[in-house]
Amino acid sequence: MPFTNQMKLEFLSIPANISFARATVAAFASQLEFTLSDLEEVKVAVSEAVSNSIIHGYRNAQDRFIKVYAKLTENTLELSIEDDGRGIENIDKALQPAFTTDPERLGLGFVFMQSFMENLQVDSLPGRGTLVRMSRRVGARAVHNSQEH
Amino acid sequence: MLLDIEFKQDTLLVRPGGELDLSVADFFRNNLEESLDREPATNIVFNLAQVSFVDSSVLGVLLGRYKRVSKKGGKVIIVSPQPQVRKILELSGLFRIMGESDSEAEALLKLG
Repeated sequence: MPFTNQMKLEFLSIPANISFARATVAAFASQLEFTLSDLEEVKVAVSEAVSNSIIHGYRNAQDRFIKVYAKLTENTLELSIEDDGRGIENIDKALQPAFTTDPERLGLGFVFMQSFMENLQVDSLPGRGTLVRMSRRVGARAVHNSQEH
Repeated sequence: MLLDIEFKQDTLLVRPGGELDLSVADFFRNNLEESLDREPATNIVFNLAQVSFVDSSVLGVLLGRYKRVSKKGGKVIIVSPQPQVRKILELSGLFRIMGESDSEAEALLKLG
């Protein structure tokens, strides 16, 4: 029978939980043969998604919940990050590089998720919440690597 | 977060440590703003040797301080980022506006 494993994590929308979420996902994902560099990239993607839920979904309210689901198959990590916050009015606009609603931020959250993960999918209903799904295959070379060399 | 800030040769030498994300962004930003209010610093050197993680929350803090000093002709130099941190800085495009050095001494020499 092929290898599969799953975990669910639910925690308050407190910034201190961002490192908890990314470290937990990375520890779980390390059951597959990811390199340390792969896991660092997964951590950035988780950090961006959870930060978005806190800042945009919940407007920094600290009494709401964020859910992270992770699934491992033989060679793939599948991730979902879900909140039931404000939602995103215009997903296409939110996905554009450098689009930001805050001058102190860079608008790079989704760019990092797209660069470090595959199959990024964002589903959102204004007033209902946002679900971000993304995956990463073992041995997949992230898009940005080809530009570095 | 760990944070050491020193003022030397018109330059703020900033040495953060640990994992830098949204949970420390306000603390980091406020400390930098207070130091820039207090010291007549023209330039900033961020020594990232002890930083093991950054995401876009913290890049915003770096960019904000770049905007502040560059308005008056100042420069920002990044020193010794770890490989995973360097990758994020590179992807963000911050290296197009900030310099990079291998040591604080080299950075101060560049800033002259």
